[in-house]
Amino acid sequence: MSTRLATPGRLIDRNKPLNFTFNGKNMRGYAGDTLASALLANDQMLVGRSFKYHRPRGIVASGAEEPNALVNLGRDGRFEPNQRVTTTELFEGLEAQSQNHWPSLEFDVGAINKHLSRFLPAGFYYKMFMYPRAFWKHVYEPVIRHSAGLGKAPKSRDEDSYEHFYAFCDVLVVGGGVAGLQAALTAGRTGARVILFEQTDHWGGRAPVDGGMVDGAPVDNYVDETLAALKLMDNVQIRLRTMGAGVYDHGYVLGYERLSDHAPDQAGPRHRLWRVRAAQVITATGAIERPLSFAGNDIPGVMLASALRDYVVNYGVSVGDRTVVVTNNDNAYLTAITLKKAGLDVPVILDARVLPEDRGLVAQARALGIRVLMGHAVSSVMGGKRVTGVKICSQAGEGSVLEEIPCDAIAMSGGWSPVVHLWSHCGGKLRWDSATACFAPDVDNPPKGADGMGFVTPAGAAAGVFALDDVLHDAHAAAEGAATCLDFKLPRDVTSPTAERREESPMAPVWMMPQGASAKLREKSWLDYQNDVKVSDVRLAAQEGFVSVEHAKRYTTLGMATDQGKLSNINGLATLAGALDKDIPSVGTTTFRPPYHPISLASIAGEAKGHIFQPIRRTPMHDWHAANGAEFEPVGQWRRPYAYKRGLESTHDAVMREVTNTREKLGLLDASTLGKLIVKGPDAGRFLDMMYTNMMSTLKIGKCRYGLMCSENGFLIDDGVVARIDEDTWLCHTTTGGAETIHAHMEEWLQTEWWDWNVYVANVTEQYAQVAVVGPNARKALEKLGGMDVSKEALGFMEWVDGTLGGFKVRVYRISFSGELSYEIAVDAGYGQAFWDALLAVGTELGAMPYGTECLHILRAEKGFIMIGDETDGTVIPQDLGLGWAISKKKTDYLGKRAQERSHMTDPDRWKLVGLETVDKSTLPDGAYAVGEGTNANGQRNMIGRVTSTYHSPTLGRGIAMGLVLNGPERMGEILSFPGTDGKDYEAKIVNPVFYDLEGEKQNV
Amino acid sequence: MSEPVTALKGASDTSGIAVVTELGPTGMITLRGDLSAKPVIKAAVTASGVTMPEKNHCATEGTGGLAWMSPDELLILCAYEEVHQRLADMQSRLAKIHALAVNVSDARALFQVNGPKAREVLAKLAPVDLAPDHFTPGMFRRSRIAQVPAAFWMPDAQSVRIICFRSVAQYVFDVLNVAAQDGSEVGYFNA
Repeated sequence: MSTRLATPGRLIDRNKPLNFTFNGKNMRGYAGDTLASALLANDQMLVGRSFKYHRPRGIVASGAEEPNALVNLGRDGRFEPNQRVTTTELFEGLEAQSQNHWPSLEFDVGAINKHLSRFLPAGFYYKMFMYPRAFWKHVYEPVIRHSAGLGKAPKSRDEDSYEHFYAFCDVLVVGGGVAGLQAALTAGRTGARVILFEQTDHWGGRAPVDGGMVDGAPVDNYVDETLAALKLMDNVQIRLRTMGAGVYDHGYVLGYERLSDHAPDQAGPRHRLWRVRAAQVITATGAIERPLSFAGNDIPGVMLASALRDYVVNYGVSVGDRTVVVTNNDNAYLTAITLKKAGLDVPVILDARVLPEDRGLVAQARALGIRVLMGHAVSSVMGGKRVTGVKICSQAGEGSVLEEIPCDAIAMSGGWSPVVHLWSHCGGKLRWDSATACFAPDVDNPPKGADGMGFVTPAGAAAGVFALDDVLHDAHAAAEGAATCLDFKLPRDVTSPTAERREESPMAPVWMMPQGASAKLREKSWLDYQNDVKVSDVRLAAQEGFVSVEHAKRYTTLGMATDQGKLSNINGLATLAGALDKDIPSVGTTTFRPPYHPISLASIAGEAKGHIFQPIRRTPMHDWHAANGAEFEPVGQWRRPYAYKRGLESTHDAVMREVTNTREKLGLLDASTLGKLIVKGPDAGRFLDMMYTNMMSTLKIGKCRYGLMCSENGFLIDDGVVARIDEDTWLCHTTTGGAETIHAHMEEWLQTEWWDWNVYVANVTEQYAQVAVVGPNARKALEKLGGMDVSKEALGFMEWVDGTLGGFKVRVYRISFSGELSYEIAVDAGYGQAFWDALLAVGTELGAMPYGTECLHILRAEKGFIMIGDETDGTVIPQDLGLGWAISKKKTDYLGKRAQERSHMTDPDRWKLVGLETVDKSTLPDGAYAVGEGTNANGQRNMIGRVTSTYHSPTLGRGIAMGLVLNGPERMGEILSFPGTDGKDYEAKIVNPVFYDLEGEKQNV
Repeated sequence: MSEPVTALKGASDTSGIAVVTELGPTGMITLRGDLSAKPVIKAAVTASGVTMPEKNHCATEGTGGLAWMSPDELLILCAYEEVHQRLADMQSRLAKIHALAVNVSDARALFQVNGPKAREVLAKLAPVDLAPDHFTPGMFRRSRIAQVPAAFWMPDAQSVRIICFRSVAQYVFDVLNVAAQDGSEVGYFNA
C-alpha cells in the first residue's frame, strides 16, 4: 500500500496538517503536498478510469505530464473539471471527485469495454459509426456521450476574477530548475531586464531530488544561493506558480500565473495571464521521463521512476513497500537507491541493457545489495486495480516468463524527452539525438523573429543536455548568448559554476518490452493512457496505411487527450517508425501547439466578464432613460432606448403611443449616437464629392443635404445629413454604427490614395448631445425655450443655424427623419441632460414624450425612408432603393460610380424597393420571402422578393412594409404571397413606399 | 445655463490598491495640422501655455497642457471655461493656413489613478511598457484600456491620467476598479 513515511519530505510541513476529501471520503495531508502526494499518502492508488475502456488508473507522474489523475475539483462557483492532481496544491477543505466512471470508481460498468477491446481497435470510430447514417444521431452519439467524456461541465457561474498583465523584458527564462536559475542569474548579471517563470511552487526543479554537488556543495545550496542572488537584482523578476504557456511571433509569450488556486480564500484575482514581450526567450523547461511499453504498464502502481523518487524525497510518501525498477538507463537507479536508503525494499532492478561493467549508479545499487538483472524486462504486470507482482522475461525474447516477483509498485524509465514544446511553438526545429534517443532542439534552426535572427534558446535538459555540470554550463552559455544578441555584456570575471560529474553508461532505446512481444502482450502495452492507445493500435494504423505521423495520431487518437501526449508521443512515433520500418527522425513528430499545459479559459478572458464583458456606450442622457422606463436595445456598442414603457403597458403599446404622440403632438429623441464628422480643408468639397454619391461641394453655407455613401464596389454603406459650416468646413452625420467606420474609411482614402489633398477629418460624435424635437408642437417648444428665431422664414427646411435656446449654446438643424416638423439640436455633451430636462419642462403642456428607436423606425418607414442595415445588407446599391435622385449625374467620379455601371449592377432584374401593404392589414413577418412561379434547380420555390422592414403603423392602422421585389416598381398593385415560418401565407400588395404624407407637407411648415 | 457635468460626475473609488477618480470638466482641443509650421506651433503653445512636446510626450503645467497625438495631431488642455475663447483665438491664428481645431472637451472623460501601484493597474489594461525607466512622467501614449481606445500620461511617479471617450467612461471606471481590486498587487515594478 502507499503511505506516508517517517522521513521528512523536502516540501511538506508536518506541523501544518490539512483536511480534504476525495469522493466524499475524509483524508489528511500536509501543507506543501500536491493533491497527488496527499492521495498517495492516504493509500488512494486508484484515481480514475481511462477514456475508452474505463480501465482502472492510478497516478503515473509527479508533474504536468500526468495523463491519468484528473479530477473534478471544488463545487458550485468554484467547480472545475479535469484538474491534474499532480499540479494541484493541497489546501484546507479541498474537495475532489474522480471522473469518467459510472456508477462508481471501484465498480465501473463501462469497464466491460475492455473485454470488447478487440472490437474497439484503432480507427474504431471511423469504421463503426459510418453506417447506417441515421444511427449516428439517434444511437451512437447518445451512447458515446454517456460513456465517454472526462469531467463534468460546470453548472454555476465562475465566482472568481481574472486579469492580464503586460510585461516587457530583454530575456525571459521559462523554467525555474537549475538551468533556468543559472540562465536568469547569468542574464541578470549582464544588466538585461530578466523575467523568470516557474510553473510549480518551488525552485530548483528535480535537481535537489536527484542530488549532485555544485562547486563543492550539495545542489540544494546552489539553488538557495542562486535564488538569493536573483532576489537582490533589481533587473530580475522571478515568479513561482507561473507557467510559460506559449511562445508566439515577435517574442510574445504567454505566462499563466495561478495566484489563488492553492489558497482559494485569498483576496484578488485567481489567475493572471502574463502577456510578455521578450526580446529573447530561454526555454529551460526540463525533460519528461518516458514510460516503457510492457504489458500491464497502466495498472495502478506502475509509475515513472522519477515520480516515485519525487514522492519519497519531496513528500515523504512511498507508493509501495516493494518496488521493482525497470529501466533502459542509469538514471532510474537513483530511484532504487533512494528507496533503499528510505528503508524500502527493491526486490530487483530489471535493466534492458547488457552492460560490460558496473559503473556509477549501477555499481552503487549493487553495493547496496540490490539485485540487478541485466538484459531483463517485464513480461507482464500482475494485478487489476493495483500491482501485485511482475512476471520477468528476457528483453531479447518474446516474453516467456522466467520468474514471478511479488511487488506493489513498479518504477519504469524509458529515458528522457526534452520538453521542446515552447521551443517548437514558433517554428524551432528538432534534431534526433541517437545517444539519448530523444528529439532535442536543433539550435541551428531556432524560431526566428522579424530580423531573421533566432529569439529562443533552449537551456539544460530542454536542450538535450542532462548531466548537472553540462546543464549549468549550457544554461550559462545560453543566457550569455541571448544577452549578447541584445548588446548586453557579461562582466569578465563571471563564469559558470561547475558540478561534479557522475560516471554514466549509455542508455539503450527500448520501444517495446520485451523486444519481440507477442500480439497478446502488445494489446496490453499502453502508449497513451488517457485515450487508451496501445502498441497494437499504432501497429494496426501503420498496417492500414497511415504512414504520416499526423494521420496516425488522428486515426488512433494518440496524444490527443488533455495531456497532449506528453508521455506517449515519442513512444508512439517510435512504435510507428518500427511498424513502418523507418527510422524515427524520418517519421518526425506531430506539431507542438500552445498552451503547454491547459490554462483556464477565464484567464484568457481576463477582466472581461460580468459587467465589463464588453464596453457599453452611454449617451449623456443614458441614466435618465434608464430611470424613465427605457427598454434598451444595442446599436453598435451603444445602448439606445427602444421604447419608454409607462406603468404596466406592453412594449408594443408603448411604441404605438410614442408614434401617435409624435405625429399628433411632440416627441423627443436622444439622437446623440449619430456620428458627427468634421471635414475641413481647401480640398474638403472635392473630397466629399468623392465620398458621397451626390454633390456636396455646391452645398451653400447654412444648408443641409441628405447624402449617400458607397463602397468602391458600389454598395450603399452609410447615409446621413451633411451640413456646410463655412467655406472649407462640412459636418457629416453618419449612422450610429457608422461613426467610427466611416471616419476610418475617410482617413484611409485620405492617407493612402489622396494623401496630397488638403483635408482633415475629426470625429466629434461625442462632443455633442443631440436631441430631435419632433412633431406639430416642435416649434412651439423651442419658442418657449426662447433665445433665437426658429420660424419657417428664419430657419427653413434643410437649414441649420447657431444660437441660444433657453440659455444653452446650441446648433439647430431643421431636418426630419419622421416626416414631421422637426429640429435636431446639438449642445455640448456636458449640458445634454440639462437641456433634455429643459425641453421636457417646456414640453409638458405641449404633450412632449420621449420616444425610442422603434418609434423612430415606424415614423421613417411610414415615410418610406430607408435605413442602413434594414434596406441595405452590403449587396444593395442606391439604384435598387429608388435613390437615383441622390446620385449626381454631373460628377465625373465618386466612390462606387464605376462599379455601379457594371452589367450586374445595371441589370433590370435587380430587386427594387417597393412598399408592401398587407391585404388584411396584418403585419408581414420580418425577412419573409415572396414566392413566384415554379422551382429552381434544387427543387425550391423561386423567390421574387423579400421584406426588408415591417411594422404595424398606428397612424394608418395597418401593417406596412418595405421590400426588395423583382421588377417591383413596374408591378404596382400586384399581390405577392409571402409564406411565413408559422405555416401561414401572407398576402401583400405592391405599393409606393411612401405611406404617409406623400407631398411632404407636414415637415414643411 | 446650468453647470456642465462630466460623464460620471466625479466618481471615485478608493477601495483597491490604487485610487481611481474621474476628474472634473477639462478643456480639450484637437488640433490637426503641420506640426512644423510656425502658426500651428504658435497657436498650440499660446492656447496651452506650455512648450511644444516631443514625439510621444506631453507638456503640462497647471490646467494647461499639450500632448503629441500623431505626426499631424496635438491635443491642447486648458480650463474648461476657457475652451471656447482659446479655440476662437486659435482659429483666428490658423485662418490663413490649412489646419483643423475643434473642441472635444465634452467628448472625453478624464481619469486619475493614484498611488504606488498606479503603474501596475495600468499595466493590466494597456499593452505598453510601463517600467519606471521606460515610461516616465512627461511621456504620452495613445493606446487602449482593455477594449477601448485611451491615451495616458503620468503627471508624477505615482499617478496616471487617462483620457477616454465620454460614452465609455463608466466602462473605463469599472475596468480600472477591477484592475485595482484589493489583493491584486503584482509587485512587478521596482520604483
